[in-house]
Amino acid sequence: MSIEIRHDLCTACGRCSLICPGSLIKFKEKKAVIPHPERCWGCASCIKECPSEAIALFLGRDIGGLGGRMTVRREGSLLHWTVTMPDSSSQTVTINSRDANKY
Amino acid sequence: MYIDTDFLIIGGGTAGCWAALNFRKYSDARVLIAEKADIKRSGCLAAGVNALNAYIAPGKKPQDYVDYARADAEGIARGDLLLTMAEGLNRAAGKLEELGLTILKDEHGQYVTRGWRNVKINGENIKPILAKAVLARKNITVLNRVNVFEYIVKDNRILGAYAIAVDEPVMYVISAKAVLCATGGASGLYKPNHPGFSRHKLWYPPFNTGAGYAMGIRARAEMTTLEMRFIALRCKDTIAPTGTLAQGVGAKQINSAGEVYEDKYGITTSQRLHGTVMENLSGRGPCYLKTKGITKEQEMDLVKAYLNMAPSQSLRWLESGQLPSVKNVEIEGTEPYITGGHAAAGYWVDTNRKTTVRGLFAAGDVAGGCPQKYVTGALAEGEIAARAAAKYMGEKTPQLNTNEAEAVKQFLEGSGGVNVSFTVDDLEEEMQAVMDKYAGGIGTSYRFSEASLKIADEKIQELEKQSNLISATDMQELVYLLELKERLTLCRSLIVHLSVGKETEYYINSRLENGRISVILRPLVREGEVYEH
Repeated sequence: MSIEIRHDLCTACGRCSLICPGSLIKFKEKKAVIPHPERCWGCASCIKECPSEAIALFLGRDIGGLGGRMTVRREGSLLHWTVTMPDSSSQTVTINSRDANKY
Repeated sequence: MYIDTDFLIIGGGTAGCWAALNFRKYSDARVLIAEKADIKRSGCLAAGVNALNAYIAPGKKPQDYVDYARADAEGIARGDLLLTMAEGLNRAAGKLEELGLTILKDEHGQYVTRGWRNVKINGENIKPILAKAVLARKNITVLNRVNVFEYIVKDNRILGAYAIAVDEPVMYVISAKAVLCATGGASGLYKPNHPGFSRHKLWYPPFNTGAGYAMGIRARAEMTTLEMRFIALRCKDTIAPTGTLAQGVGAKQINSAGEVYEDKYGITTSQRLHGTVMENLSGRGPCYLKTKGITKEQEMDLVKAYLNMAPSQSLRWLESGQLPSVKNVEIEGTEPYITGGHAAAGYWVDTNRKTTVRGLFAAGDVAGGCPQKYVTGALAEGEIAARAAAKYMGEKTPQLNTNEAEAVKQFLEGSGGVNVSFTVDDLEEEMQAVMDKYAGGIGTSYRFSEASLKIADEKIQELEKQSNLISATDMQELVYLLELKERLTLCRSLIVHLSVGKETEYYINSRLENGRISVILRPLVREGEVYEH
């Protein structure tokens, strides 16, 4: 479980770097980088904080990851979670933060 | 850099933020939160939480919660702490709702409960909600990205703490009249389920390194019940919660033959785990939660619920296409953690959450004797500690000795100095392997013996010596080095506690005396009593 940062989308706003509870995201040549992806907890704080959907969550191969990348887009109280597979197929699940969990 | 405050809160997580908010009700004195990350997403609640697991439904009383939590801890829990916490649970839930947390309600406006001690919420944004409330108060100062690593104590009285900035070479000397330790518990002592790339895919935050325990142990504070380790039963690989499946959709624990085994062992937290370990040892594993056959609607609700607290599980389901209605969810036990929020390991505190060091208070996962706190219990403890700290403000505090600060600075700058071939990561890995093999980790199905603990103790002491040889190359590395030392300090105390064996009539406490951890057995404290040191 870790994150991947897309440099073509990163605007170097620095929000991910401040929010990471492990202080794992640094800056290199004006782009956010994660020098030690193996230290990531997978809490997804950074992917929710990123305004440009530049950060994706993935499952490491050692825990059965299949190459899917999960990003999230915020729209008011809605969070749109999208999983994109290596073959570009994707699916989105939308959650309204005003709705409580059923379980 | 010197900073002077009145009430220093170490750790801006659940308990720390709540203590800051509540302190203002009782005092106008200055409050400073020192947080090693950023309070918006730090601590256990970074990813979110799926429910408030400590809430007392109509028809039940705080005493019912005390009875439940004590029974779950096989009697080794403090009645006074549990009752004072339980009395604050519903108030804390109500306040969270006022601050903006979504809590599920029925048509009469009552909270919808799951069982009698659990309310359903949308907890994805619970930490940003708490942080926003803290930041809205002008008279609370928040120092983000500052890592506190040592108390300043003189004659068993706290005077403040030493800290370093995470990003730049700055040391802080913080003086305070009272200090609250709210650092959380400890992960990373034992070899994790997946020691490779996903080594930090843990139940508990890998960034909770046991700093609060270690600082207390070194300052000769009394600690309690460290031997009550918390081992979580989790979804395999993603280490996502299982309670949502078991209680939410009624999924039963089954073995590889499809037999329901939870009836055989019981369904308390520890019995659910014990049963799984036993089935595996008997060759009937792997074990699963039987979700096959749930409806598509239930399945989508589960995907959403996990996105709000453990998104890796939802990612697993979505990328594999094997959703829980068609595939049972494999489960496994995690490595052991030390926490006073689920188990009862932590500072020995009085009823007002004062530790045995004068002026030092503890709340949340780092405070002992009071298991099953979860979010609302940590909040309730933060409130109790803040009230007691405000009362304590009146006492005159001695002046700091700046010569000592200079010595600490020199220690930080000159740490190590020998060119060694191993790194912080190497020693951390070795520590986890030692604890796994000799102090009851996953590898031994959590079992240990007197002889194995003796080996563990020797090896941990050896690793402590090795850790003193390492020099840090930058501030981040220095933080990791300090964290390694914190974990090693805690491991030593933990091993002593495990060596005592099981007690049913006493709490197992310990304290550093002349370089050794000595054991103190304390008689049980019941609710209704007010315990004072």
